[in-house]
Amino acid sequence: MTYIAKPQFHHPSLKHNALGFTRRDYEGKVSTLCAGCGHDSISAAIVQACFEIDLEPHRLAKLSGIGCSSKTPDYFLGASHGFNTVHGRMPSVLTGANLANRSLIYLGVSGDGDSASIGLGQFAHAMRRGVNMTYIVENNGVYGLTKGQFSATADKGSKSKKGVVNSDSGIDMVGLALQLGATFVARSFSGDKDQLVPLIKAALTHKGAAFIDVLSPCIAFNNHKGSTKSFDWVREHNEAVNRLDVLMARMAVTASYEPGSLTEVTQHDGSVLLLRKVAEDYDPTDHAGAISYLQHAHAAGEIVTGLLYVDPEAEELHDALGTVKQPLNALSDEELVPPVAALAKINAGLR
Amino acid sequence: MEPTNTEAPEYFHKVVDCQWACPAHTPVPEYIRLIAQGRHADAYMVNWKSNVFPGILGRTCDRPCEPACRRGRVDEEPVAICRLKRVAADNKGDVAARMPQPPKKRIGKKVACIGAGPASMTVARDLAPLGYDVTVYDADAKAGGMIRSQIPRFRLPESVIDEEMGFITALGPRMRLNRRVDSLAALLRRDYDAIFVGTGAPRGRDLDIPGRAEAAANVHIGIEWLANVSFGHVDRIGKRVIVLGGGNTAMDCCRTSRRLGGEEVKVIVRSGYDEMKASPWEKEDAQHEGIPILNYLVPKAFTHEDGRLTGVTFEKVAPVFDEQGRRRLEPTGEPDEHHECDDVLVAIGQENSFPWIERDIGLEFDKWGMPVVDETTFQSTHPKVFFGGDAAFGPKNIIWAVAHGHEAAISIDHHCRGADLRLRPPPGVRVSSQKMGIHEWSYDNDVSPEDRQKVPLLPLAQALGDVKAEVELGFDDPRSWAETQRCLNCDVQTVFSRTLCIECDACVDICPTDCITFTVNGDEADLRPRLKAPATNLDQALYVSSTLPTGRVLVKDEDVCLHCGLCAERCPTGAWDMQKTLVEMSHAGGCAR
Repeated sequence: MTYIAKPQFHHPSLKHNALGFTRRDYEGKVSTLCAGCGHDSISAAIVQACFEIDLEPHRLAKLSGIGCSSKTPDYFLGASHGFNTVHGRMPSVLTGANLANRSLIYLGVSGDGDSASIGLGQFAHAMRRGVNMTYIVENNGVYGLTKGQFSATADKGSKSKKGVVNSDSGIDMVGLALQLGATFVARSFSGDKDQLVPLIKAALTHKGAAFIDVLSPCIAFNNHKGSTKSFDWVREHNEAVNRLDVLMARMAVTASYEPGSLTEVTQHDGSVLLLRKVAEDYDPTDHAGAISYLQHAHAAGEIVTGLLYVDPEAEELHDALGTVKQPLNALSDEELVPPVAALAKINAGLR
Repeated sequence: MEPTNTEAPEYFHKVVDCQWACPAHTPVPEYIRLIAQGRHADAYMVNWKSNVFPGILGRTCDRPCEPACRRGRVDEEPVAICRLKRVAADNKGDVAARMPQPPKKRIGKKVACIGAGPASMTVARDLAPLGYDVTVYDADAKAGGMIRSQIPRFRLPESVIDEEMGFITALGPRMRLNRRVDSLAALLRRDYDAIFVGTGAPRGRDLDIPGRAEAAANVHIGIEWLANVSFGHVDRIGKRVIVLGGGNTAMDCCRTSRRLGGEEVKVIVRSGYDEMKASPWEKEDAQHEGIPILNYLVPKAFTHEDGRLTGVTFEKVAPVFDEQGRRRLEPTGEPDEHHECDDVLVAIGQENSFPWIERDIGLEFDKWGMPVVDETTFQSTHPKVFFGGDAAFGPKNIIWAVAHGHEAAISIDHHCRGADLRLRPPPGVRVSSQKMGIHEWSYDNDVSPEDRQKVPLLPLAQALGDVKAEVELGFDDPRSWAETQRCLNCDVQTVFSRTLCIECDACVDICPTDCITFTVNGDEADLRPRLKAPATNLDQALYVSSTLPTGRVLVKDEDVCLHCGLCAERCPTGAWDMQKTLVEMSHAGGCAR
């Protein structure tokens, strides 16, 4: 069994972005996941989003834990920084990296096992501290690497491939993220790139903790009848509340929309989120309203997708800590080693 | 769009661009894979069956396959298909045992072929094994026609012609050589059931400008002069030579001149460099031998002194475009240019010539003096007389002559058996899945990034010193291997099964050339621009499925598919399969195999 590398030949009309890169330049190694895995579609969406926001590959750090999902950073952004951490520990390693070098863009990629079981505590604290990052959970409701046991996000009453019915309550990562204070919360589906790519673009440009729960069917162990994470189930129950277009700051608004159907949200970096309403009564800037809407929709068996909550004025961990603006590796000895006078001053204060 | 009918043999045949472009429809990727495996004799036979003269064509073909090659649309240059054909021919060893045997029983039908060029010899090859009594007439002493008389030996050694003509004569046709047919009526009075005319376009066009008569001793018609060189009647030319004309014959003339004492040889052409009829590689070969090509010069007069040619005067012209974008050449008004020379070779075109066909035998000619020939059956208005090659529709090339010969042979066979000439036998199509395992295919799906291999040449001094020394040395094993790996295996088709697809997008994500899109259906003009990559090459088909469960359809743009099979490797349900479609044209006798 041999895997061939994806040939470098490309379509003659392949476009270049402002940096002169093509989409293909944002790819990584060839995936070793099962054929048809939803995670590969998410990787493709990340590649597309980074290409579209003209991201310089060396400006991004991708971190992950353990699991199928956590293998994927090898399959995109081959020219970016990467750290494959221990199981469930991506948030703390990422927090440390972010504190040391705040000039990078941080992308954490995790799965439902890595974030909802062993790493649940880590996930919670990264969200509540407002670490400036994009946190993507590739959520398939199953432990694929160990052949199909229910994960903590599997819905109560759903059936495993072997026919076992899940008796535990499923953890709703979106509900948790909202409760914990994430300032950008979205849910999407690996099979809908039109929705997913703009969400990733918006999350990467959001200041603060941005969380995206992406339903990503496991072809091998969770795509059968009775599963609530299968392609068919998600397609049947998917209720998008809005459709997002992201305009980077320097671009002018060119598309025309019907009046009243559009919400504009200007982010911290000047990028504009254009939200076309799908659900009439949904306001993604209303935190309490979002939580309540999601609860009702969940009770009705709907899977709500789209940009669920955003706080464009959000602060992040560095603001709270008052840390220096430069990355630590850019500080000189002079700044890092206080002079004798400074020590004397501190000592005097303690006398 | 309606769902694509992949059951029709044309659909997948058209995806194999090289094979589709080849007049004889040689299954190119099939023989390239055989060469890669070192099975040169097998590769040769795939060729021989289809194009009859692989060794000859591997050196001289006009290569309509190469501009069509898909590789040329994703890489800088197409696969060197023609030169690989030569590799098969050069390394085939003894293939005599693989050749058809002369029939034990004759069927009692007699066919005459007039001319022993590529078209006639193809007819003879197709009909002789079926039991026909075939008689081939030619004015020359050996079979081959223009292949032997006009193509210089330094491009095509005589031994190659002898061998491939020999494969056909071994099938038992009666060869009446040194015998010029000068009356078709007389031949028709004999008991032939059918007569095939494959006499080519034997007359070189002359240039009637002032001084032509006075300088006649040093003004030569290109193809006649080349024939005289081929048959050893001419072995030298003046030091300064001007070749008039921009086609492949002009290139043969100038390169031959360089080998026969021409030191200062120029090609002078009316048109611009890019519009010249010569194949790009033939122009390059001439320039490589130190021959300048001068453009936009129209010959006005031969200058002469004491009955001896001294040069040619040219009017300078420039292209002018009218509103419809049509190009005319208009004088620039600059003073004429005079180029001195000792000899002129006129290679400005060839014409058909049928002085030996009586006009009262029921065989119609059109106002241009060409026989009226059916484009499908190659039958003339005389039911027993068929035409093919350059004799049918004017000058083309060897591979077209072969294609005509195959079709005419089918018609002659039908004619002799009393079958309908319009009922053409369909091609044979064999489809086989290439899947052997999860990431295993019975073809090599890894696409090689190598550049096109260059053919090694004889050192220039040595090449110019001997008119018979073959200048191209052909690919050695490493070059041959590298070149075979550049083939994209376009005959291994991506075949989609709508019922198995779960619309997971895996194929869309992995496709290196963005060929695959799942979208709502529309008409072709609507679909083409809104695919993942716009499908702007209108010559290339869109492969459309019927509607999928989400209401969308699959649309695959065939244009730049690398046939790498990654869509099938990443498909969880086997909705994509890689299937080899071997399309083989039927020849006389009705079956493809």
